[in-house]
Amino acid sequence: MDYFLTEEQKMIQELAAQIATEKVRPSRAKLDENDEFPWEIMKTLAQADLFGLYIPEEYGGMGGGIFENCLAVEQLGGACIGVATTFAASGLGAYPILLFGSEDLKQKYLPQIASGKRLAAFGLTEPGAGSDVSGIKTTAVKDGDHYILNGSKQWITNGGEAEIYSILAITDRSKGARGASFFVVETGDPGFSFGKKEKKLGIRASATRELIFQDCRIPKERLIGREGMGFIVAMKTFDKSRPGIAALGVGLSQGALDLAVEYARKRVQFEKPIISFQAIQHKLADMATKTEAARALVYSIARFMDSEPNDVSKVAAMCKMYAADVAMEVSTNAVQVLGGYGYMQDYPVEKMMRDAKILQIYEGTNEIQRNIIGQELNKEYGRMKDTFF
Amino acid sequence: MHIAVCIKQVPDTKNVRIDPDTHTLVRQGVESIINPFDLFAVEAALKIKDENNARVTVVTMGPPQATEALRDTLGLGVDDAVLLSDRAFAGSDTWATSTTLSAAIRKMGDVDMILCGKQAIDGDTAQVGPEMAALLDVPYATFVKKIDLLDGNSIKVIRQTDEGTEVWKLPTPALLTVIKEIGEPRVPSLRFKMRAKKAEIPIWGAADLGLDTNCVGLCGSFTQVVRVFSPPRRTDRILIEGSVEEQVERLLQYLKQSRVPGI
Repeated sequence: MDYFLTEEQKMIQELAAQIATEKVRPSRAKLDENDEFPWEIMKTLAQADLFGLYIPEEYGGMGGGIFENCLAVEQLGGACIGVATTFAASGLGAYPILLFGSEDLKQKYLPQIASGKRLAAFGLTEPGAGSDVSGIKTTAVKDGDHYILNGSKQWITNGGEAEIYSILAITDRSKGARGASFFVVETGDPGFSFGKKEKKLGIRASATRELIFQDCRIPKERLIGREGMGFIVAMKTFDKSRPGIAALGVGLSQGALDLAVEYARKRVQFEKPIISFQAIQHKLADMATKTEAARALVYSIARFMDSEPNDVSKVAAMCKMYAADVAMEVSTNAVQVLGGYGYMQDYPVEKMMRDAKILQIYEGTNEIQRNIIGQELNKEYGRMKDTFF
Repeated sequence: MHIAVCIKQVPDTKNVRIDPDTHTLVRQGVESIINPFDLFAVEAALKIKDENNARVTVVTMGPPQATEALRDTLGLGVDDAVLLSDRAFAGSDTWATSTTLSAAIRKMGDVDMILCGKQAIDGDTAQVGPEMAALLDVPYATFVKKIDLLDGNSIKVIRQTDEGTEVWKLPTPALLTVIKEIGEPRVPSLRFKMRAKKAEIPIWGAADLGLDTNCVGLCGSFTQVVRVFSPPRRTDRILIEGSVEEQVERLLQYLKQSRVPGI
């Protein structure tokens, strides 16, 4: 399919594909087996200028948008979404600063993130607060020129490896949904430490760790936006980042499809390549169609979002939810096409299937995405005066 | 410091087919790549540039399509590229190639170091580097795996030979041919790739280089390829399988049976 990419977009795609093929593919099994953080690959991505795709040029980025970032993430995700998640999570950590940070915060942190010299991370989830963000307990109390943070964050992607963290904390519990705020916390800030590193089903190259704040004292200028804007910052950040997760799903689906088709053409049973059997053909046909449908959806939504429309929550949720479900289905079916070989760790599809599951869970579960879509439909149709009957 | 790197476009050997009748390479439809050893030379130059105030110019002799190879190196961070292209250069052997390349180095004027890959994977002669050094009358070292700049006028290199490792000190300007241990070639960067796309690559012909057309190309070549053939396949091969110990045992048995002297 030709998606009519610009020369520049093709270049991004090519470069990311080259890194995926030359650097990620050969090391993914080892990274997965050893729970190893992909520092070497991150350095390569930094040197290739890919960390700053969506960051404006004035802050050291390449001045592209969500779509350009999706193109890179998709290619990396085709080889390993553990590696690609590590890359994408730095963007998730950067968005609060990019969207709502003061000029000083932008000047200080965005060039470091854009150059890949330092990784960023996003800290929202807590033991008691996942889908229900209002349940967070971490607090930030103003003390003169400082804020003092107390509490902990759970399952933070890039935790312990990133050096710049966007953290959500309660600044005024009495204000409910308007009582939370985002802050930048840096590795080395007094009172900021890391808990245990999690062992996971998939995306084992990505680091997932607990963040602990014990009287963590940060300068008051590290507040992102204004006090009380925390939930808005979180929602707007997710709107921007969800197409990236969708692109991971498209990449993973394509990667699994490529392996399944290549295998089906070579694997001979009953004296024929198994691709000659309709049972296999139909499976591959569905896998290919859904992968392309997911790609078309992600690309068109990412392009739409780059036109800076007002309300994007619904479409951002749609592409994340759909591409994640497709990735789960396609990778599961790729294992089926490869049969016993697919189940063995000697072939990469079992890892893809293990990895795919997280796409339906993180950055808002697919259930939450459906909630958002449903609520937005209700609002949208509520505003209409005409009837369709 | 100005570093010149000489590169060559070669057929991608991953996809090479041999014509069953003529036993020569089928070049039609075969993609060209930069000779892998030359990419190590580019990497060596860029490594020096990473840590020193250096300018890197890549030069190749070839048809107009060879600009693509040059553009690829610009994407890696090379500063300038020059294409040496002229109908008169066609059919060059290693001597005529060295004549042309060294004329280009002379035209650049201020080159402190010339880097080449140890050999090209198509011809495998490993002659062009040393020949250029002779023509330019500069010292050279082959099979270099590490380069250190000493003062402004000399370098220390480590050579890997079959006998071992040698450490040499050379005055500059000097020519070095490098091996893969010099470091894995980097991936391009988006900024360099974008700049490379728009870069103007000058083309120098025989007249620009002040070369007599009788000294270059086929006319300037001392050697001619009369025939290229694959050595006949030997059929008397046996494959010994099993554990290392078993393999050694079977090999010894075989050698004894074959009455190999000394066994």
